[in-house]
Amino acid sequence: MPKDEIKKMQYASLKKLVENLYQNNQFYHDRMKAQGVLPSDINCLADIQKLPFMYKQDLRDFYPTKLFTVPNTDVVRYHVSSGTTGKPTLVGYTQNDIGYWTDALARSLTSIGIGKDDVVQVSYGYGLFTGGLGLHYGVEAVGATVLPSGTGGTERQLELMQDLDVTAIACTPSYLIHMANVAQKMGIDFRRDTKLKKAILGAEPWTEGMRQRIEDMTGVKAYDVYGTSEMGGPMFTECEERKGIHISSDIMYVEILDPETGEVLEPGQKGEMVVTLLRKEAFPLIRYKIKDLTCIMEDECECGRTSPRIERISGRSDDMLIIRGINVFPSQVEHVLMQVPQVGDQYMIIVDRVNDLDTMVVQVEIKPEAFSDKIEEMVALKKRLEYEMKKYLNIAVAVELKESGSLPRFEGKAKRVIDKRVY
Amino acid sequence: MSVITQLSIFVNNEPGSFAGITAALKECGINLKAFNIAESSGFGVLRAIADNPNEACETLKKRNIVVKLTDVIAVPMEDKPGEIYKVAKVFGESNINIEYAYAYAGPKGPAVFFRVDNPEIAIEALKAAGLETLDAADL
Repeated sequence: MPKDEIKKMQYASLKKLVENLYQNNQFYHDRMKAQGVLPSDINCLADIQKLPFMYKQDLRDFYPTKLFTVPNTDVVRYHVSSGTTGKPTLVGYTQNDIGYWTDALARSLTSIGIGKDDVVQVSYGYGLFTGGLGLHYGVEAVGATVLPSGTGGTERQLELMQDLDVTAIACTPSYLIHMANVAQKMGIDFRRDTKLKKAILGAEPWTEGMRQRIEDMTGVKAYDVYGTSEMGGPMFTECEERKGIHISSDIMYVEILDPETGEVLEPGQKGEMVVTLLRKEAFPLIRYKIKDLTCIMEDECECGRTSPRIERISGRSDDMLIIRGINVFPSQVEHVLMQVPQVGDQYMIIVDRVNDLDTMVVQVEIKPEAFSDKIEEMVALKKRLEYEMKKYLNIAVAVELKESGSLPRFEGKAKRVIDKRVY
Repeated sequence: MSVITQLSIFVNNEPGSFAGITAALKECGINLKAFNIAESSGFGVLRAIADNPNEACETLKKRNIVVKLTDVIAVPMEDKPGEIYKVAKVFGESNINIEYAYAYAGPKGPAVFFRVDNPEIAIEALKAAGLETLDAADL
């Protein structure tokens, strides 16, 4: 669809959405009033900037169903995100919400060439987490066969992968690494013993370096998937070109704002993503500050799709650690580690405060073949990692080399940061 | 006279990890004749002389223990002053660098294991100076 028409369509959806919310949603009605904006003030797509923001805290404050626009009888499903930092957040879905969520994933899967000939192992958690059921519906919608294996029971998952000629897997990057390690111990070679060709990976931050590692280990082509629980779940992926994540324009409108000034940034400029779900029914998500940092790309993709793309999420402002006043993203640490061939796939970041000073320790597993009997060689490796960290992050980081297999493995979302600081 | 094969095992430097490694050695029936531990911040290396080093290395690898084989030489000594000097002098004069060493007392009396940069040349140099080295069978 030509870009002008996309914008017209988005404006029509926005107008309808705002009018409906002003009439039927007490929360957003009050928010708009407080901001001094009426539905009649929205006369073009750019007028979206007049609308008030929504925040994660709103979802918590109005837990469980106070944000809902529809009667509970119209709600067909709930998903709940873990409340790691306070109250959980609840997302309700109408039948239509499930419908466009499934559409988004069906389009995404099609864009990476998954269709009726494929068998897709969904190794995301099923249940309150959106990953499992979301992908499940998407896979079914494109006519592929779904193997709803969920997380855990890795040896059995590997057996099923072989027995059922699984061609694609959807899981977290850390779980695929875990699977590859277990496979190695079982004498299974992904290239030789499985038909696995594609992996749809997400639900935790990962880097290009990690993608390279995973592809080298398993021989699969790995695609990034994006979506958050508040949006409804994983929705959008990269296409075959893997030059950004295509966002379906009829479903989501993306603004990129300068995190300091709130100014709208041009395509290509990195900033804070603010999303509007244009077709959301059960409850609104308008100008939601999702806290992910990225930039938008509007040039036409080589795959031919005209939908805008967002760049791989470089960090979530919530994941950002402030160490001695310097902003550090765990993804930056991973980036540095993945450049060093002796480094294994597992690492942990431990932040503490000693004598009123922040400290950051990166524990990293080294590959068994990189182990040397010479202490000085091992110390040189440690020093090299510390030097690279300092160069890239601008803060002193202590590196601890760990035996392969000694750091925690994650079957769900990886939790690689332990912040022990008490304020 | 030949080089001795030593096990070098990576150990995390934290409470319980040495217990974990030694439990594995016990379960695999691996007897240590001599060992030493070198440590750096965060990790250590357990260096050990075992009965069948090649077999022990494979067994430990199967248990996901990070282990390597390293060549060392064993020099028998008498229990009196000046013995280590005799050996160190030969190494110094032959320009052989000692990376580390540790002592042991076996059936043939005391001996010192040396890790040097070139074990073959070191054995030759000791031989030329009239000094013995031990074979694995002597330990």
